[in-house]
Amino acid sequence: MAHPAVPDPTEAVRANGAKLSLVPTARHLLRAKDLADRRYADPLDVDGLARAAGLSRAYFSREFHRAFGVSPHAYLLTSRLERAAALLRSTDRSVAEICFDVGLRSVGSFTTSFKRSYGLSPTAYRASFPPASHLAWIPACVVRAYARPQHRTFREDGEGGRA
Amino acid sequence: MIKLSNAQLWVHDQDEALAFYTGKLGWEVRADVTVPELGNFRWLAVGPAAQPDIAVTLMAIPGPPLLDADTAEQLRDLLAKGFAGTLFLTTDDVQASYEELKARGVEFVDEPEERPYGIDSGFRDPSGNQFRLTQVRELATA
Repeated sequence: MAHPAVPDPTEAVRANGAKLSLVPTARHLLRAKDLADRRYADPLDVDGLARAAGLSRAYFSREFHRAFGVSPHAYLLTSRLERAAALLRSTDRSVAEICFDVGLRSVGSFTTSFKRSYGLSPTAYRASFPPASHLAWIPACVVRAYARPQHRTFREDGEGGRA
Repeated sequence: MIKLSNAQLWVHDQDEALAFYTGKLGWEVRADVTVPELGNFRWLAVGPAAQPDIAVTLMAIPGPPLLDADTAEQLRDLLAKGFAGTLFLTTDDVQASYEELKARGVEFVDEPEERPYGIDSGFRDPSGNQFRLTQVRELATA
């Protein structure tokens, strides 16, 4: 069970002393790490990451921690929290919506994890940044069209008033 | 005038890298020379057709005496973990490039996505080297 699906490349070096052509285990771990960064919004879990790496779950978790210094569970969670923080800063979506947007299922656990990581609740974190509307890259033509003030004249502004 | 002519990437396997950079990324071979008097050192360089004066050298991780076994292993490990470097590429049409490369089996890490600076995507080569592929937004001048 706890043996790698991929041979240890160092064994290949010792065996023939020459060209190394087997893919290192870390390359498979990197594939799982990339998946956590890319598919955080999906119902992805450690089993799914282990499958992506082509390794048994126990071996995968141990090797992932050894390679990247965190457990795959923690890596996936912090990927989701980072994305959630970005959405809190750059959108006006609700905390619950953002929780689901980043692939988490429980708003209560999300709030707890978020607070543990960022030191603030999602709502307080959002409040510490300028409103998201300041960040929106709204096209110039939209700004021109929507920001145009209502024309007011002094006298002929009444009902049916014509210049 | 000082110009950039050649950058270097470590690769896990030069044959595999050559197949990827030419067959999947669509780059040209600029040099592929094996030198017997240098212990069969292989200078392998590739580059994008549109930029004949820029190449990327795909370098195999050497062994002793240049690199002791532990250091070579560390380097191999860093490369496989994706920490050996990034190349930043641009394209006129990131969606088209993405679909073309994906159809050829390129492993994308990020699908094209809007960013303040343009539409950005990311992939890796077989060794783990990171690439960004970006359709850069033309910045409005005030």
